[in-house]
Amino acid sequence: MFQIFTDFASWLVYGQIGLTAETKLGDALHFFVEDVSKIFVLLLLMIYIIALVRASLNIERVRDYLADKHKGLGYILGSTLGAITPFCSCSSIPVFLGFTSAGIPIGITMAFLVTSPLINEVAVLLLVSLLGWKFTLLYVVVGMGIGIISGVFLDFINAQRWLKSFAAEALERGRQESNVADPHEVESTITMLERHRFAVEETTDIFGRVWKWVILGVGLGAALHGFVPDGWIETHLGDGQWWSVPAAVLLGIPLYSNATAVIPVMESLIVKGLPVGTTMAFCMSTVAASFPEFILLKQVMQWRLLAVLFSLLLVAFTLAGWLLNIADPFI
Amino acid sequence: MKTVKVLGSGCKKCIKAAELVEAVALELGVEVNIEKESSPEAMLAYGVMSTPAIVIDETLVHSGSIPSRESVVNWLNG
Repeated sequence: MFQIFTDFASWLVYGQIGLTAETKLGDALHFFVEDVSKIFVLLLLMIYIIALVRASLNIERVRDYLADKHKGLGYILGSTLGAITPFCSCSSIPVFLGFTSAGIPIGITMAFLVTSPLINEVAVLLLVSLLGWKFTLLYVVVGMGIGIISGVFLDFINAQRWLKSFAAEALERGRQESNVADPHEVESTITMLERHRFAVEETTDIFGRVWKWVILGVGLGAALHGFVPDGWIETHLGDGQWWSVPAAVLLGIPLYSNATAVIPVMESLIVKGLPVGTTMAFCMSTVAASFPEFILLKQVMQWRLLAVLFSLLLVAFTLAGWLLNIADPFI
Repeated sequence: MKTVKVLGSGCKKCIKAAELVEAVALELGVEVNIEKESSPEAMLAYGVMSTPAIVIDETLVHSGSIPSRESVVNWLNG
C-alpha cells in the first residue's frame, strides 16, 4: 500500500532529477521525498477521519468522566484519555487546574499530562507507517506505562503538598464538592455536518502546526540515513552499552521537539543499528522532558514538585530504555 | 462600555482571538475595553480548561478556539 510513495520518490529523484541511488545525495533525497509524501498524505487523511469520530470528545467531558472514577482505574483511564484527547502544550495549565478543581487526584491528572505529549494520533500514525505496528504497540505500551507509573508514584508521595497554594485550595474545594452532580451538563448531539466542519478545522489546524516538524524530522532522518556511514552507530553504540541509555536521555533534554519530528529520526537511528531501547529513551526524553513545558508548570507547582517530576521522568525513560534493550532479542 | 477578557497563555490563537474582537468592535462602533489575561488564577476563577476563552462582562461566553465572526458580533450587540 505504501509502494506508491517509493515509486513516486524513484520517479522524481532518479528519473526527473537524475540522481542515482548509489550517491549519498540521491539516497538521502529519495528517503526524504518518500517519507515526506507518505506522511503528508497519511496525515491529511487520518487526521480528518479521526476528527470525525472524535468531534464529540472535549476536555470538559474527559474531566467529568475522570472525576468520579475509582482511583486504581483512574490512572489507567487518565493515561488512556491523555493519549486520545487532542491537546496542545499551551493548554496544560488550564487543563491541570480544571482537573484539579474537579477534585481529581494529582496522580491521575499527571498520568494524563505525561502521556499526552508522548502519544497522540499523529505519532501513532507515523510510527505505524515508518516503523511498523509491532514497534508502535511497544511505544504505546511504554508511553502509557510511564504515564500510569508516574501518576501512582506522585499520589504515593502525596505530591499535592507541593502545589502552589491556590491550586492546592482548588483541589481541596473540588474534593468536597465532587459528589454533587453537575447541573449544567447538557447531553449534546452533533450532526454529521458539524462533525465534518470540526474535522476540516482540526485537519487544517493540526496539519498547519506539524508540517514543518515533519520536514525537519524527515530532513534530519534523511541526513542520518545518507551521510552517517553504515555500521558507525552499530559499532559505537549498537551493543547497548549501559551508559548509552542515560546519555541518550540527557541528550534529549535540551532538544525540545514534538513527537512528529522525532519519529522520522527514530526510524533512521533504528535502521542504522541503534538499539530500540536507546532510541526510544532518547525520543521520549526529547518529547516529554523539556524545559519550556516545565516552566509552564511552574505556575501551579512548587520547585520541589517540578524537580521530583523531572527526575521521575528521566529515571523512567532510562529504566524503560534498559529494559527494552534487554528484552529486544526476545521481541 | 463592555469589558472583554481574552484568557490564554499567550499562544498565537489567543492573540488572534483578541484581535478579532477588537476589529469587530471597531466595525460595529461598540466601545470595548479588551484585557488579555494569562494568569492561572483567572482561568481557575472562570473554570476555563481550553484556551483561548472569552469573558464578556464577567460571563464566560466561549472557550477552546478562535470564535467565529458571527458569534463575536452577537456578543457585542447583545
